[in-house]
Amino acid sequence: MSFIKELSKGIIKDNPIFVLVLGMCPTLAVTTSVENALGMGFAATFVLLCSNIIISMIKNITPSKIRIPVYIVVIASFVTIVNMVMEAYVPALHKSLGLFIPLIVVNCIILGRAEAFASKNNVLMSIADAIGMGLGFTLSLTIIGSIREILGAGTWLNIKLMPITYDPMLVAILAPGAFITLGFLMAILNLVKEKK
Amino acid sequence: MGYLGEIFVMAMTAIFIQNFVLSRFLGLCPYLGVSKKLDSAVGMGMAVIFVMTLASAITFLINKYLLLPYDLMYLQTIAFILTIAALVQFVEMVIQKNAPALYKSLGVFLPLITTNCAVLGVAILNTEAVRSDGLTAYNFLDSVLNGFFSGVGFTVVLLAMAGIRMRLDMVDLPKSMKGMPIALILAGIMALAFYGFMGFKI
Repeated sequence: MSFIKELSKGIIKDNPIFVLVLGMCPTLAVTTSVENALGMGFAATFVLLCSNIIISMIKNITPSKIRIPVYIVVIASFVTIVNMVMEAYVPALHKSLGLFIPLIVVNCIILGRAEAFASKNNVLMSIADAIGMGLGFTLSLTIIGSIREILGAGTWLNIKLMPITYDPMLVAILAPGAFITLGFLMAILNLVKEKK
Repeated sequence: MGYLGEIFVMAMTAIFIQNFVLSRFLGLCPYLGVSKKLDSAVGMGMAVIFVMTLASAITFLINKYLLLPYDLMYLQTIAFILTIAALVQFVEMVIQKNAPALYKSLGVFLPLITTNCAVLGVAILNTEAVRSDGLTAYNFLDSVLNGFFSGVGFTVVLLAMAGIRMRLDMVDLPKSMKGMPIALILAGIMALAFYGFMGFKI
């Protein structure tokens, strides 16, 4: 039962982006299209899952004073793996995500979950937590990416969605559009919460 | 163009045209998290400038004399993040011992900087960056200066944000807009303003 609970909390109740406000840099930088958002979401989920498993396994033998460097090394190793795999198999996606793949290392969600959850719970619960948080992250990125891609390019996953007469709002896929989209999404979520 | 001109171009690019926060999306967590009060924003900004300059210098040396000659480029991410983490810890200890007053104002911000993606970002960008002629790779001085100016760029927008947010406290906003949503929309408007610098040809 609690496996399901840990799994579902990351998606809605403790959504890493909209509720915890963690990992803002990749959220805003790579959501110019749904494709990029999905790529980033899955890459981060993979790193989160692997690092949560390893960290919950070694939690008893890690001295608490140097735990942060230990966690960072674990996370950085998996990021390196992801980086090399993506470069080999999806070079186009690797190129458009660019700098933000190595920067998964400093994504606060991953280190945050390692410190707050994986270092205190067993392997099974850590897996549930990682999958839940990873899906919540991917889902949020996809929502933001969808809005920006539909408004800014008139497409969704490269499928033409808007009528030909639609004049794309270029600002939505530029940097300012990212901030404004996320700002309004958060305000709408707050409004929904208030109404409840 | 002489070397001074080169430095000027680098400074303008890092601070205004390709601002780290508003157009590269690096270092957003402290930008949104520590910009509620002006004095803590000043502390964070100074700490970031300091660490970014030092980190640029050390990661440049590691990259040039350790990773490149031994063909270890695939270890770049791990090597850089460990260097930065160790550096931040070291700086914290040195400041605590030798400048207690400075430690009091910067102390709480230093540990946060390890996970500031702007620091790792500038280190990685320095290894790929080229000068404005498009050919010459950054040398040691270029990297250090780029780190410094990027830190200044970060601080400029952090201070502007903190100044505006302090005034926002007195504004009567809808409840759902308070806090993070209005801060993000504000950042969006600032980013739009900074887009005006894009047209500059230096």
